[in-house]
Amino acid sequence: MNGTFYNEVLTEHNVRPYHKHHLEGANFSLEGVNPSCGDDIILSLVIEDGMVKDGAFEGDGCAISQASADIMLDLIIGQTVEEAKRLADIFFRMIKGEATDEEIEELDEGSALRDVSHMPARVKCAVLGWHTFETIVMGKKRDDTIETK
Amino acid sequence: MTDFELIRKEFPLIDKGDFAYLDTSATAQKPYAVLEAVRRYYEEENANPLRGLYDLSVKATEVYEGAREKTARFIGGETEEIIFTRNASESLNLVAYTYGEKVLSEGDEIIIAISEHHSNMLPWRYIAGKKGAAVKYLECDENGVYSPDSLRALLTERTRIVAMAQVSNILGRVNDIPALAALAHSAGAVFVCDGAQSVPHMKVDVKELGVDFLAFSGHKMGAPMGIGVLWGRKELLEEMPPFMYGGEMIEYVTADRVKYAEIPHKFEAGTVNAGGAAGLAAAIDFNEGIGFENIHKRETELCALAMEGIRSIPHVHIIGSEDPEEHCGIITFYVDGVHPHDISAVLADDGVYIRAGHHCAQPFHKFMGVMSTARASIGIYNSEKDIERFINSLSQLRRRMGLE
Repeated sequence: MNGTFYNEVLTEHNVRPYHKHHLEGANFSLEGVNPSCGDDIILSLVIEDGMVKDGAFEGDGCAISQASADIMLDLIIGQTVEEAKRLADIFFRMIKGEATDEEIEELDEGSALRDVSHMPARVKCAVLGWHTFETIVMGKKRDDTIETK
Repeated sequence: MTDFELIRKEFPLIDKGDFAYLDTSATAQKPYAVLEAVRRYYEEENANPLRGLYDLSVKATEVYEGAREKTARFIGGETEEIIFTRNASESLNLVAYTYGEKVLSEGDEIIIAISEHHSNMLPWRYIAGKKGAAVKYLECDENGVYSPDSLRALLTERTRIVAMAQVSNILGRVNDIPALAALAHSAGAVFVCDGAQSVPHMKVDVKELGVDFLAFSGHKMGAPMGIGVLWGRKELLEEMPPFMYGGEMIEYVTADRVKYAEIPHKFEAGTVNAGGAAGLAAAIDFNEGIGFENIHKRETELCALAMEGIRSIPHVHIIGSEDPEEHCGIITFYVDGVHPHDISAVLADDGVYIRAGHHCAQPFHKFMGVMSTARASIGIYNSEKDIERFINSLSQLRRRMGLE
């Protein structure tokens, strides 16, 4: 990993996130948890007429998880759900190292996270927001915890 | 006067690598003496121990059983009380699955220190659940001290087992095991001690500790991964059922009967890790060659230097005691506004390798009211330069994360 991973885009979105607040009137809200870092966010969205009209997140976590969620909301607010899903797909492929440069350019500031593809331990942090979004719009459910009793 | 520069050169990864390795509590680097012992075993001594009747197998058996004798002397136990396992986790599972299975019944109680590694917690929770026993947690004060009074308050006539580390992998403080074990005994319970973080760094004697079981890993003291130790009091081991079943753990087997081998072989089913045992024996020699007083003194000196550096950096907080003597080279800390995984990643950019996360002690983090922490841990091969590099990197951290 090189010394520039924690670039200004990332630290700015982490320290001064624009979308980290409570969202009144959200019609979708879901908690996303990454047990490995202990990242824990609640993603809230206003989805109407197939559009992501508004969105916000709350919670705690590492810089990568928090910045990634904030950048994601920048990208998907105002988009159709279909377009947002397409961007999510590009993001997931970028993290796997499978997206083209042209595709990554579409992610705008999201491209600041492309080096996560070389950091297997941080993949879950980077995709937490996007996974939570996908779970909301596709109804997929992930369950990582096992009760011991 | 010990020459620590020379000791450092005994560790190829440390000597040749351009990084400050401060993750010894997770696993220690290996000296040439250990690597050579493993190589010698496989080049000159390898056959299946305990089995063949030819010279080479006899030699392999001598190496393996010789390592057992050395380990017994090392911790002050009897040779047949030493069971080789893969690591401390397996050792603790062995006690839970066999001793726990045998003695626990519904309504019995197990007491576990809240700061335990999951390895000395989950096996007990498993067997407690299976047998209908209850798990109770022993809590420490804000400095990480477990007082005899707090244990006394939890002990009842139903307490069967008390499980606790001699040194917590988070706090680094040495618990007063002799006093706590004596208390457990007075209530009729046995005391299971996790020595994973203590045995590599200080002289440990099972009789002085007064415990019933002691578990530790070879890899944390310079031996290869995959060799660990369980020591148990002979009279307890003899009464315990086997752990795993298969080759080499029997006296004889007929179609409908089986007589198990005597201890320790009863607990060592299948082909053993003789190369690992040879490495463990070499690691014991290596550490004793330096001397545990020297090891403790040196590690505490470097720990003091690191703690002094950390205290000069605002927003960095050390968990546990303020006295480096009470840290066993383990410094767990957190930084305001920076997630531990980001701390570790930024420090890694500067070639400083530390651990971040919950260090397999999630309930303890919850108890302390933090999600996760960062941990720098010191080994005998670390230098003042490593500490300086760590402190330099840490002092720039908040700025690099856009916080200053």
